[in-house]
Amino acid sequence: MWRDALLVAGKDLRIEARSRVALWQVLPFALLAIVLFAFALGPAPEALRQAAPAVFWLAVLFSTVLAVQRSFAIESGEGTRDGLRLSGIDPAGVFLGKVAAVAVQLVALQVVLWVGVTVLFGLKIHAPWLALVASALATVGLAAAGVVYGALSAGLRVRETLLPMLVLPVLAPVLLAGSRAWMAAAGGAVPAGVSWLRILAPFAVVYLAVGMIAYGPLQEAAT
Amino acid sequence: MRRWLAVVGLAGLAATAATVWLGLWVTPPDATLGDTVRLLYLHPAIAFVALYVAGGLAAGSSILYLWPRTRSPFWDRLAASSVELAALFCALTLVTGSLWGRPTWGVWWTWDARLTSTALLLVLLVGYLALRRVPADPEVRARRCAVAALVAAVDVPIVHFSVVWWQTLHQGGTILNPELQAHVHGSMAWTLLLGFVAILLDFVWLVTVRYRLEVLRDQAGGTELEISLAERHAEGTPAGAPSAPTAPGALAVASSGLDAKPAATRAGPAPVPAVAPVPAVAAAGGAGGPQTERSGAGPGHAPDRDR
Repeated sequence: MWRDALLVAGKDLRIEARSRVALWQVLPFALLAIVLFAFALGPAPEALRQAAPAVFWLAVLFSTVLAVQRSFAIESGEGTRDGLRLSGIDPAGVFLGKVAAVAVQLVALQVVLWVGVTVLFGLKIHAPWLALVASALATVGLAAAGVVYGALSAGLRVRETLLPMLVLPVLAPVLLAGSRAWMAAAGGAVPAGVSWLRILAPFAVVYLAVGMIAYGPLQEAAT
Repeated sequence: MRRWLAVVGLAGLAATAATVWLGLWVTPPDATLGDTVRLLYLHPAIAFVALYVAGGLAAGSSILYLWPRTRSPFWDRLAASSVELAALFCALTLVTGSLWGRPTWGVWWTWDARLTSTALLLVLLVGYLALRRVPADPEVRARRCAVAALVAAVDVPIVHFSVVWWQTLHQGGTILNPELQAHVHGSMAWTLLLGFVAILLDFVWLVTVRYRLEVLRDQAGGTELEISLAERHAEGTPAGAPSAPTAPGALAVASSGLDAKPAATRAGPAPVPAVAPVPAVAAAGGAGGPQTERSGAGPGHAPDRDR
């Protein structure tokens, strides 16, 4: 299963490295989103600094939807999904591989976005390790839940509109806990931030488990 | 089955009517909340049915559908019916709560834990219904929807805890508190209890009716095309037509020609509108197919045929 996951993740990332869709579409979209948020919030530095964690996580959330859509768009052409099923790779391995590929892209995106909010919003983080742990847990949760719903809506003609509708309310706790943890990290209120990790960690674990169980039936249902 | 359904429906109607009567006229206004306390007889009951009865039924039947041994269309239809009603009752919970919140809290909406988690639950339920409407093979749709329901159900406790930690303002349980039924007394307690029974009966009736509708829809699904084709064929032969195959085309030509003529005369001697009747007749003739020649004989012909 782990070897299969590595194979699938490697394949997805190789496709991304060659097509560069995430680099030229998802990443600029995320940066555009934070710039637009800044326009909407106005130029007051204090207001921007306070809103920065929320803006960061909203941008990550929207980019997750795009990344997941992309992750399943590459499976839609020329019967690649059937090929993946025929290859005899464990569905749980496919799931973990796709989650890993999406998570790697999200991590890269968050690094750039973090630079963005630091420069544009003046965000200063006093407890970097808290922000890092929160980001890591949230990334796994976002990727896992996103891939479950991506598989659910794969192969549907209406997937572009259906996926955000299905996945955004499910990801709401991550948005809440992630931005609260980052606010705590920015303000130096470490105990309050740590308590938010208690939402992020179960979310990641639960959706990884659900995805590993449900991916097989979903793969069959998608054809 | 039908009789049982009628009994449940009538009982639900009677209980609801009794709750309304007791709630609006018999019970006294509350010492602090005044007349707004009368929402107490509906709001918690609706919320209870939406969150626990309908939500539990949906999650339970989705699990039973996914379990290979108990897989049957019954569970799929029951899940779909209860999700739809859960969404309805959830929306009603928010509406009644909002109506109650305005006079007591002074706001229609507040970002309180319970309100926020109920609103998120409503969005999750609407997502299920959206997925359900996507056309697919029934079995594929059933499996996809069952997984979606389960994944959403897993999210509910997480949403709940996250928003509870986030902020809280809503009062604690009135009934489900440690000292059972300590805050409600006398006629108010009885009306509250009756409200729960009434809403529960209404739910049972609605979910059964909804389930039967789902069965009928599945049965009709296979024959829809045949029915539509039969309807189209029936449209093609009007009742009073003298000779079935040619009459509709000829009549269409005649009427369009007659319509076009007065329009042209009204427009006067101006050169441009005078051209109008020609394309109109040509178009109608084209639609009539092989009757183009006859329509060329002029509109004067058709009324004769009609007589």
